[in-house]
Amino acid sequence: MASDLLRLVQRVAQGSIRVVDLTQTLTQEFPVITLPPELGQCAPFRIEEVSRYDERGPAWYWNNITVGEHCGTHFDAPIHWISGKDLPHNSVDTIPPAKFIAPASVIDCSRECAADPEFMLTVPFVEAWEKRHGRIAAGEWVLLRTDWSKKSYADYAGLTEEGAHTPGPAPEVVRWLVEERDVHGFGTETIGTDYGQAQHFNPPYPAHFYMHGKGRYGLQCLTNLDQLPPKGAVILAAPLKIKQGSGSPLRVLALVEEAASPPPSRRASRGRGISTGRSR
Amino acid sequence: MTGGAIRMAYDGVVACAPVTVPYRRFSINTAHWWIARALDGLRRAAGLEPSQIDGLVLSSFTLGPDTAVGVTQHLGLSPRWLDHVPMGGASGVVGLRRAARAVQCGDARFVACVAGDTNHVDSFRKTLSTFSRFAQDAVYPYGAGGANASFALITKNYMNKYGARREDFGKICIAQRQNALAVPFAMMKKPLTLDDYMTARPICDPLHLFDCVMPCAGAEAFLVCRDDDAKALAIPAVRLLATIERHNAFADDPVQERGGWAMDAGELWRMAGVTPDRIDIVETYDDYPVVVMMQFEDLGFCKKGEGPDFVRSHSFTTDGDFPHNTCGGQLSMGQAGAAGGYLGLTEAMRQLTGRPIGRPAAKAELALVSGFGMINYDRGLSSGAAILARAS
Amino acid sequence: MTEPLARPKRKNPLRRTRQPLLPQSVRSRTAHGLTAAAAQGRFELQRCVDCAAVFYPPRDACPRCLSPRVPFVPVDDRGTLAVETTIHASTDPYFRERMPWRVGLVRLDCGPVVLAHLHGDAREGDRVRLDLKLDKGGAPVLVALPAKDTPHMTDDRQLREMTCDPKFRRVLITDGRNSVGQAMAKAFSDAGAAIVFVGVADAWKPFAGQEMLRKLAGVEIVPLDLTDTESVTELAEQNGARTDIIVNTAEHVRPGGILQRHGLTVAREEMDVRYFGLMRLAQAFGPAMRSRGADGVNSATAFVNLLSVYALMNWPAYGAYSATEAACLSAAQCLRAELRPGGVKVLNVFFGPLDTEWFQTVPPPKVAPEALARAVVQALQRGLEDVFVGDIAEEVRARLSVNPKALERELAG
Repeated sequence: MASDLLRLVQRVAQGSIRVVDLTQTLTQEFPVITLPPELGQCAPFRIEEVSRYDERGPAWYWNNITVGEHCGTHFDAPIHWISGKDLPHNSVDTIPPAKFIAPASVIDCSRECAADPEFMLTVPFVEAWEKRHGRIAAGEWVLLRTDWSKKSYADYAGLTEEGAHTPGPAPEVVRWLVEERDVHGFGTETIGTDYGQAQHFNPPYPAHFYMHGKGRYGLQCLTNLDQLPPKGAVILAAPLKIKQGSGSPLRVLALVEEAASPPPSRRASRGRGISTGRSR
Repeated sequence: MTGGAIRMAYDGVVACAPVTVPYRRFSINTAHWWIARALDGLRRAAGLEPSQIDGLVLSSFTLGPDTAVGVTQHLGLSPRWLDHVPMGGASGVVGLRRAARAVQCGDARFVACVAGDTNHVDSFRKTLSTFSRFAQDAVYPYGAGGANASFALITKNYMNKYGARREDFGKICIAQRQNALAVPFAMMKKPLTLDDYMTARPICDPLHLFDCVMPCAGAEAFLVCRDDDAKALAIPAVRLLATIERHNAFADDPVQERGGWAMDAGELWRMAGVTPDRIDIVETYDDYPVVVMMQFEDLGFCKKGEGPDFVRSHSFTTDGDFPHNTCGGQLSMGQAGAAGGYLGLTEAMRQLTGRPIGRPAAKAELALVSGFGMINYDRGLSSGAAILARAS
Repeated sequence: MTEPLARPKRKNPLRRTRQPLLPQSVRSRTAHGLTAAAAQGRFELQRCVDCAAVFYPPRDACPRCLSPRVPFVPVDDRGTLAVETTIHASTDPYFRERMPWRVGLVRLDCGPVVLAHLHGDAREGDRVRLDLKLDKGGAPVLVALPAKDTPHMTDDRQLREMTCDPKFRRVLITDGRNSVGQAMAKAFSDAGAAIVFVGVADAWKPFAGQEMLRKLAGVEIVPLDLTDTESVTELAEQNGARTDIIVNTAEHVRPGGILQRHGLTVAREEMDVRYFGLMRLAQAFGPAMRSRGADGVNSATAFVNLLSVYALMNWPAYGAYSATEAACLSAAQCLRAELRPGGVKVLNVFFGPLDTEWFQTVPPPKVAPEALARAVVQALQRGLEDVFVGDIAEEVRARLSVNPKALERELAG
């Protein structure tokens, strides 16, 4: 008699439950959040070979890495933002582990973003989405599919002299998701959970302010959201257990019932920006 | 220009038992080996046991890290008088002077004067690059032409100033080659024509191949003792009439055109009590022919600037009117390091005692031998000369 | 007349690259007085304090009066070329493959007669001026130049052995995002470099001057992030064998000393960009450069470090920055020793506050990026090793030789 857990594992093995990797590869070139240079900066991902079957270690290969907590595909804990600084269990090491598994509603606004790189998610847009796909349930991740992960690095960062120009949520919709829908957290394909020009919102960076202020989580720099169904995917997102950590790079996986998902569209891998293929 | 005080004559002192260990272009042996061969030749020629040699004066460039002291233990000698004379081409004359006074004063009875150097395939380059502090700081890094480059500049300057032509230098080299043809172990065995000389490959303008001595390995030695000791040993000897020595003369001459001889020649002739026209054989230091020309002038055979004419109006072969470098000199025998400064002495001693290795000069009563050495920076610093006489 | 240098042909891939050789570079300790002068482009010989005799080669006492007070001081560089020779045969491997080679004796107006390398336009009997240069091995040598500049004189074969002239060489400017890197790109383009590779990190981040940079003749923008070992390695894999001059323009300037700084994040960044960046660059490009020191007229020739003059004495207002620059200076000294066997020079260019954003609050005088770039090109054309650019840098240099303690106290404010 197979338990639910064993059945799950069997179905994963058989492929009737598909595992989708929502994680960007950690590379040195992947854009990170850029703040004014006089402020503290997130350390970009860096990798330094310790040995590679050579005089530094004859039979083994390994690297030392340095990376900021908010680099690559990463998780934001409530403690990341000032609004969540005093909440209980607000850092990556104290968040109850059950919180790392949750279902997701995936809001596809890729068409809108293709037309307008500064597309802003609003309450009416989400309400319209709910009419088509059903109400967002309490405890669900809301993931914003923008197809931003498919862009060149320059377009991905979307930087001009006025700052970043990337899609994201308006302040009201974030508050609405927290207060009216009691979501688990908010996830995006862009560098941050917030709209590119969110420093001019009131409050500034509302996705950070409201989500973390209410103990909710963030995921950013996600990819492959186009392989998820609007409803029904289960997200596994467990950050590194960093003492009093505000977040961490992590592997984000989605479990998708095969019948419920659209046919997988294999994306051709392609080079980005000025970076050419890496040999190592 | 006497030094002021009257110099004591070398009464009762003789030089004898000249030894030349045949030179080789390259040698796998050490300087110690060459010095040992010369010493062995010396004691056989003199009929002495090594223990009887109580004085040693030694010259060598390639003995490092040893000096004459180390050589005593290396070769089993126990001298009571020892000198190391690192003066290159002036070593022979200087060694002779030192030894003569030691014998004369009784500090030693039998002084072996020895010079020897090896020539490994790369030792010449190494010697050049570390020859002196000034050479290291201010000469070798400038094209590393070695003494060739220094003497090219001296030669060119002399030609510019005194009208010497390459043909004049060629004449000296050709005569010496002719003399060398009679020496079985001379390094250069083929006759040299003026055409050969003029068209030889350039080394450092205006010097061409046959203006330059060929570095080689070799050793030379002679013995200095009292004349009665030489007689007792029944070895032919020569008397020492006069010597001079000078270092760093005429430092203000912008380019060297005279050596220390010009400062001391008067004293040399006075002390010897003879005049230049009485000399039968002249053995000059001949690393480059321009130096020979300067010696003719500075030693009083002609006036300064008359060197070219003097050369044009004399023949320098052993049978000529000015027998000069009678065994071919270094230009034909090769330059065996510090032994090059001995070659003129041993050759003069052989001529004066009637045992030349090459052709004998027609008359061999009086000989002048001069030495020159140590291109410390831009010029040779050490000069010396000696007048020798056949023992009656 | 100097024959102008022809643009080098493409390298024949079937021919072995000639391995670098050096002229003998051992010098007496005293002779390094010439090294000190040559490194900074001064013409100095020893002059006796007591009798004013000027002499050469270097000595430890005056040959006229035996005084031990014989410092190297600037002296009149004019003289007459008394006699010259062309050397056709040398026992030294370096000179042997560079025959024929001209040297001569120059009678200086100030007294001594010196043996000098000869520029092709200096002929026997001519009036000449003497220059002190560092030869391929970094050792000081005298060169007789024509009394007045002649056309194309920097193209002289013997002279070019002692300089790092960018003409026809391939240059890597490591950071084109900042104004110094951009000024440098322009200066090298103007100086006749064959190609100027300009590194740009994070190309997805726009930067001022981008358009100007792209339009410069001979400039090719390449991805390069000195904080990323792999990025540096990748560029070296592509360009390492054709990089003749590296100018490290990566900068990281933040005000503040040690106590004002809150934590190490910024300090790590500055060390990463500057000190580790220099190491990454050197490790990736250095070995190939060192092996190409004799690779034709466009051989590898110089590694240029731009260093704050406060590397030499800490300026607490920019104290952590100064300390990082000091680390870079020390690394550059090490690199200099390591590149010397290949005949590749390390040029350290010291400057005071630059006329750039990060020194906005610092009063003048400041060094314009263009002035810094000009100084770098000129220093390479002259083959120098240490250069001080601008009034502040000059002052620090001068004061260090007088009383470093006073400088330390006064920089503290």
